[in-house]
Amino acid sequence: MSARERILQRLASAESRSPLPLPDVAAYYAAHQRNEDAAARLVRFRTAIAAAHAEVHDTDDAGWPALLCRIAIEKRLRSLLVGGDTADAGTLANQSQLPFALRSYDSAAPGWRNELFTAIDAGLTRAKSAIAETGSLVLWPDSREPRLMSLVPPVHFVLLDTRCIHADLHGAMTAEDWSSTLPTNALLISGPSKTADIQQTLAYGAHGPRELVVLLCHPTGAQS
Amino acid sequence: MTQPLHFHPSEGFAARARAATADPALRKGFRGAMDFLQTKRQAQFTDAAELSDLRDLGAAIRRYSLSRLPELLQQLETNLVANGIHVHWAENADEANAIVIDIARRREAKLVIKGKSMVSEEVALNHALEGAGIEALESDMGEYIVQLAGEGPSHIIMPAIHKTKQQIAELFAAKVPGVTYTENVDELILIGRNVLRQKFAEADIGLSGVNFAVAETGTLCLLENEGNGRMCTTVPKVHIAITGIEKVVEKLEHVPPLFSLLTRSATGQAVTTYLNLISSPRKPGERDGPEEVHLILLDNGRTQAYNDEQLRATLQCIRCGACMNHCPVYARIGGHAYGTTYPGPIGAIVSPHLLGIGATHALATASTLCGACAEVCPVRIPIPELLIRLRNEAQSAADSGSELRGAGESRSVLVSMIFRAWALMYTHPMLYRIATWFMSRGRALTPTAQGAWTGIRTPLVPAPKRLRDLLAERNSRHE
Ligand code: SF4
Repeated sequence: MSARERILQRLASAESRSPLPLPDVAAYYAAHQRNEDAAARLVRFRTAIAAAHAEVHDTDDAGWPALLCRIAIEKRLRSLLVGGDTADAGTLANQSQLPFALRSYDSAAPGWRNELFTAIDAGLTRAKSAIAETGSLVLWPDSREPRLMSLVPPVHFVLLDTRCIHADLHGAMTAEDWSSTLPTNALLISGPSKTADIQQTLAYGAHGPRELVVLLCHPTGAQS
Repeated sequence: MTQPLHFHPSEGFAARARAATADPALRKGFRGAMDFLQTKRQAQFTDAAELSDLRDLGAAIRRYSLSRLPELLQQLETNLVANGIHVHWAENADEANAIVIDIARRREAKLVIKGKSMVSEEVALNHALEGAGIEALESDMGEYIVQLAGEGPSHIIMPAIHKTKQQIAELFAAKVPGVTYTENVDELILIGRNVLRQKFAEADIGLSGVNFAVAETGTLCLLENEGNGRMCTTVPKVHIAITGIEKVVEKLEHVPPLFSLLTRSATGQAVTTYLNLISSPRKPGERDGPEEVHLILLDNGRTQAYNDEQLRATLQCIRCGACMNHCPVYARIGGHAYGTTYPGPIGAIVSPHLLGIGATHALATASTLCGACAEVCPVRIPIPELLIRLRNEAQSAADSGSELRGAGESRSVLVSMIFRAWALMYTHPMLYRIATWFMSRGRALTPTAQGAWTGIRTPLVPAPKRLRDLLAERNSRHE
């Protein structure tokens, strides 16, 4: 018998193992939901992620490239990593006079790993959605915006469409039907990388980005 | 070098505890850290009703998952395999280590970079890898610090909680090439970041733990703040995850309540910086992520706890560490005194299954049974009840029929005689009356040296008058 069979057999033969009813998770969230509108949800999201040390800016679909350039100049960023073949990368590429070098994720290039780890100042990705309760961004990296874009560069810019904010994680999973569509890697990101491992003192930029910059894209014309 | 393993934590436990309580710097450090964590947790749970409902839900999910454990493990395996993830089963530490070493040899790996994994500590994986000539490097900042110091973690969430920043500053200056002494925490973290960034890029294998494994989707959930877990599971060509068999839940929707309970109970955070859900190795066309992903499911005594209806509750644990953060004993003796991978109340209830009751009987006695642990446990494990049960098992007679490994091994004839006499007295009223009469009248004969009790306390002496005598006097006055 293999280890697998022995373990399973021991478990299956355990005494008094009667199946319990399936917990009603949805009922809990329904009972504890807030009756809030989209504006209130946005406020909750923003407060929570700002409390986790993220920078939050308001913009819209037309305005974000200029805003991004301004922030990049302030932060003295010399290079920005963008997705391959995404609409956002295209928008940036069409700007005249970017204050930084635009790099796309080129894992086939010789020395790419080294360049990614040492020579790229910032990355830009799009969030799939967000969660108000905990101030979390939902990212589903794919072949166009790979996983390391949101992890290795010291500054991470995220574009978020403000219409995609869910009340809580359970709401996001249910509304977006995660259980039948999960990608290779799904992520929640709720601030810059941090640690309190030295005498409970909080320090940012442990292994991932030191700064997380959220660009809230309001529907065009709706921004007040 | 990793620490030598303590296979018999009970041995020397009292001496280690005594040494720890006599160390003012250690006491101060732990007290400060515990106060900090308690305050932060409390700030997360301002709504008592919400907390209570959420704990009910968390406990129900964990109990439900355990009630279907063998079925869920098979469902998990089927879905992981369908997603392209290799699944391995290990009955004990040696088997788990052999699986990792096999994979490492096949991939000709020289460096394994590790995210925080208490299960890998439990099986002493670093030790085994070293023996096989493979370097294992911890990348969680706290784990990196204790590894540099040649120690083990003293807390399951904050491994270096016993170290001051001055000690860490000295350690870095002595052990990291080219580093000058600094007590600035940001600079210290930057030093660690720079050393480890290089290593992430070099490592052949990334190894991590698992917080929850979702059966219906074949997904491994990891939560963390630093980003080293994401590095370990994304940069190297191979990712190996190792976990206890109890970590499985059936549905993806079971994760949000447990995730919320875990982060809030552990460090008082509403959420960790990252929740990392891994469902497959790199797919064709994807440009990063490991080519191979493995999951090792470890038993190592967990099936023993599972087999017992009462002790099964031990496996509900989501390893938040709240029980140790609130334990008056842990706060005073710290994590290392326990001599086990898992210290504190959770360590006292889980270690007997991993190492046997004989080797760990002292741990269950290191409790005042104050109940603080059960009061904060997010999944409502009745820890004090389990401690009492384990104390009894440690003293059980050979013919008790106990199926627990090491039960009765540390049985003391004196202790069992005393308790037998006690039980006899308390179940026979006449005997009780006679015995207490003699004790109150003969109180002058009570010995003044009463073993451990009088080591730091005044002797216990029976009252001059029994309750029965006092009541009789009172009643006669009222007549
Ligand atoms: S026993 Fe409860 S409080 Fe202790 S670590 Fe486990 S889940 Fe947390």
